[in-house]
Amino acid sequence: MSYRACCMCTLRAGVMQPSPITPLRRVARYGAIASLFALTACNPVVLHPAGDIAQQQAHLVVVATVLMLLIIVPVMALTVLFAWRYRAGNQDATYDPEWHHSTQLELVIWSAPLLIIIALGSVTWVGTHMLDPFRPLDRIAEGKPIPAGTKPLDIQVVALDWKWLFIYPEQKIATVNELALPVDRPVTFHITSSTVMNSFYVPALAGQIYAMPGMTSKLHAVLNKEGEYTGFSANYSGSGFSQMRFKTLGLNAADFDKWADGVRSSKGGTLDTANYMQLEQPTVADPVRRYAAVSADLFDKIVNLCVRPGKMCLSEMMAIDAKGGLGKEGAYNVAALTYDKYGRESVNPLIAGRDLPRDGRSRAYVRELCAVPTLLQAPAPAKGKLTMAAPVRPTPLS
Amino acid sequence: MISTHQNWTPLLGRLGLDAIPHEPIVIGTFVMVCLGGLALVAALTYFKLWGYLWKEWFTSVDHKKIGIMYMVLGLVMFLRGFADAIMIRSQQVLGFNGSDGYLNSHHFDQVFTAHGVIMIFFVAMPFVTGLMNYIVPLQIGARDVSFPFLNNFSFWMTVGGAVLVMASLFIGEFARTGWLAYPPLSGLAYSPDVGVDYYIWSLQVAGVGTTLSGVNLIATIIKLRAPGMTLMRMPVFTWTALITNVLIVISFPVLTVVLALLGLDRTFHTNFFTNDFGGSAMLYVNLIWIWGHPEVYILVLPIFGVFSEVVSTFCSKRLFGYSSMVYATVVIGILSYIVWLHHFFTMGSGASVNSFFGITTMVISIPTGAKMFNWLFTMYRGRIRYELPMMWTVAFMLTFVIGGMTGVMMAVPPADFVLHNSVFLIAHFHNVIIGGVVFGVFAAINYWWPKAFGYKLNEFWGKVSFWCWVVGFWVAFTPLYILGLMGVTRRMRVFDDPSLQIWYGIAFLGALLIAAGIGAMLVQFAVSIWKREEYKDESGDLWNGRTLEWATSSPPPEYNFAFTPKIHDLDAWADIKKKGVARPVDGFRPILMPRSTWAGIVLAGIATVCGFALIWQIWWLAVAALVGLVLTAIVHTFNYDRTFHIPAEHIAEVEAARTAQLAALNKGADA
Repeated sequence: MSYRACCMCTLRAGVMQPSPITPLRRVARYGAIASLFALTACNPVVLHPAGDIAQQQAHLVVVATVLMLLIIVPVMALTVLFAWRYRAGNQDATYDPEWHHSTQLELVIWSAPLLIIIALGSVTWVGTHMLDPFRPLDRIAEGKPIPAGTKPLDIQVVALDWKWLFIYPEQKIATVNELALPVDRPVTFHITSSTVMNSFYVPALAGQIYAMPGMTSKLHAVLNKEGEYTGFSANYSGSGFSQMRFKTLGLNAADFDKWADGVRSSKGGTLDTANYMQLEQPTVADPVRRYAAVSADLFDKIVNLCVRPGKMCLSEMMAIDAKGGLGKEGAYNVAALTYDKYGRESVNPLIAGRDLPRDGRSRAYVRELCAVPTLLQAPAPAKGKLTMAAPVRPTPLS
Repeated sequence: MISTHQNWTPLLGRLGLDAIPHEPIVIGTFVMVCLGGLALVAALTYFKLWGYLWKEWFTSVDHKKIGIMYMVLGLVMFLRGFADAIMIRSQQVLGFNGSDGYLNSHHFDQVFTAHGVIMIFFVAMPFVTGLMNYIVPLQIGARDVSFPFLNNFSFWMTVGGAVLVMASLFIGEFARTGWLAYPPLSGLAYSPDVGVDYYIWSLQVAGVGTTLSGVNLIATIIKLRAPGMTLMRMPVFTWTALITNVLIVISFPVLTVVLALLGLDRTFHTNFFTNDFGGSAMLYVNLIWIWGHPEVYILVLPIFGVFSEVVSTFCSKRLFGYSSMVYATVVIGILSYIVWLHHFFTMGSGASVNSFFGITTMVISIPTGAKMFNWLFTMYRGRIRYELPMMWTVAFMLTFVIGGMTGVMMAVPPADFVLHNSVFLIAHFHNVIIGGVVFGVFAAINYWWPKAFGYKLNEFWGKVSFWCWVVGFWVAFTPLYILGLMGVTRRMRVFDDPSLQIWYGIAFLGALLIAAGIGAMLVQFAVSIWKREEYKDESGDLWNGRTLEWATSSPPPEYNFAFTPKIHDLDAWADIKKKGVARPVDGFRPILMPRSTWAGIVLAGIATVCGFALIWQIWWLAVAALVGLVLTAIVHTFNYDRTFHIPAEHIAEVEAARTAQLAALNKGADA
């Protein structure tokens, strides 16, 4: 196979349409995996996963390796050859101390890598768009389109210190450190974090995506084989990070329903605001927990950093801001919006040094502001027109 | 002022007795270091070396001495950074089967953070800066850098940063955040102690030094080249140094700003990177990598320059494709600014953004590949002498390409989704940093040591070190590549899958081999110093070099060149030798040289105290140090006595001795 043809067919293989497997693709994939197995007698789950997305990503790893080897192997071989042949001891070899330029050679050494990068770049462009974690799936596996009427399973993922919370809105259940997935059904993960950055990663299922507080990231994936897999945080997040791992169960549809029923009839209780505030406290190596029910708006509140009663949600503040904001009177909302800038939300009192009752804190904060009028240097209103507790502009949203 | 610490006192800030560690390991180390330090101080006092060190070294503005001091700093910190590495390796072997290993997370997390910070900022950077400081002025025929006092100040600021990092070992603690201290983890809420403050202020203090030394070297290369040395006649090492310093000057201010903002968040409760009030941690991640990626090239470009010099010297041949080498360097410099996002493809950017940064990353491999080919074709039709520098170069070529390959693999975003943050990544960047930067620094040390000290390094121990390092590297990092493909992530302290242990065991053995390599190198230095008379090189041109530094004696006189050479071709010294240009032996004139000054070390010392005060929030001391800094700087501006003339007679004497030395050598050679 000529060099060019080789590039072309790898290029085609990189376009991840459900197309018949090209010979090179088969060789590249299985050759590399087989040799690795033979060499190491280990389980390279990254190259041999159980989910279609991870499978395609593994394929790209192999394609990139093969394309790079096209240039790496000759370079290494030439290095060894020249290093040996032109050693000072070998007086038979040609010695040409002034030879330092060759336009043809220069052309080759710039264009050969360029060609490979053009090939790999094309694969990259297509592959990155096809495998964008935010993009809904269009197949279950190679040659297996999604059956009509299949709705992806929604799972809300929250990285807590140092454990994983999974909320199943459809099943109205929640689990900690145990993720169950129905095989061959597309899954949409909505991922966030309660405190710091983590990365949600189940190598057998699909590549990772960061979990970050105050925002959601998404991952579309599908698991194709039943079994038990491992998931974990792939981004260091503090002292309990090493044990921030969860079991991932790949179950067939019937088993999955059975599992969900099991959780629903467990004695885990309801994951409501109070239970969540308890759960959110930092713990290391938490056991699996199952909640028979879950508050419908919990995930939304977690993302908006307003699970604690009395808190104003980010989305509300942003809506106010979008309409022009409250001006100085927005200071009233500072306490209700403060989440963790002085310390962990679940551990530290809101105002340093003052342990106020949780639900009354924001009101107390406002009272305190009002008791010290110098803090709010609003233009002095005409006497008697406004009561102290009311904002100066009562209808800011109009 | 504000402090969230409960035991804050006006006099000592957050500093209290609880800041002194109580764990036996740390106390043991502490005692050892104290005893060692006392012994050193006692020895220096006993041998009456303080005056000598102060006059000849600490206050010196000679670029050669400053260069050597940078190398010493790099070496000392390298031993510390490697101690951290061994601790990581052994913890990861032990943390299996329910065992907690011997480091709890409080220690382990500091150790891996310190390892990264020290190796990049206080090992690789001083090594690279030291090489540039020593070699660049010599290669361009200059007598010093453009701003000699600034050079001394820059060095001591780097030392100041290193002192703060080392202090964190025994007073308080270091960051537990990973070497780039991503918020929110590095924010006040999740890192309330002084660790991250140590991180911020050690890098801020050292960063001043790095930025100023960048300015200095750019000015030197642009303004102080010998007549006739056009840009396209500059040695490749000088070219890479120029691009590197441009990168430093553009990128380090970004680091300074981003760390300052993080410091504001932590100290004054602003919201740049907090979860609260519209802060954006992703902004931090972007900013730090806008510095961080060019930083990678700041480290490796000068090393590419080293290899270029070494290859052409030991192949006894002109470098193949000089101009293509220069263009490649410039292109790499430019491209290094548009690839930063590849460090966080997995943070949720869109597919088009990810593709863009993935492809720009791959494009960098083209000029890098061109460089590799240029070295290769320099070897082609050469007469390769396998001295130690050349051995390191061949090892580099064979090692670095693998690192390049794994790098391009991870430049494909979907592939990165499965490899990001894995130990595969760890293997990759150690592959390019050890295989590139570290091997290159060793090549450079073996290559230029005879120039700096006038005698060669011992070859036997050099070879022992070489083989231990090269083999050790592969034994230590191949298992990590494999573990990465098994889905193992980085910064793990304990493991629940027992099948991984064997790989960590092999990696540990590799680390031991590397330790042997380091030991052999220290022995190499010791033996060479011991037998320096035996290894003496009087020619000044031990390797039959091609660039101007080999035109001087070894070590060069303080003024470098009695007459500024005129340049007619690339590889100026090879050209001079070929044309048989006679060495000038009379007509010497007085040479204007910069005078040593106390100001650099004193200013940097005060800045370090200021950093320490800011870390512990000892506000009175911080203000006092800041005022002291400004006042000292002002006092220093009134020092008009900054230069002196080396009298012509003295130069004539030195040069006559050199002439006699060379004549004796020639006679010896003829006989």
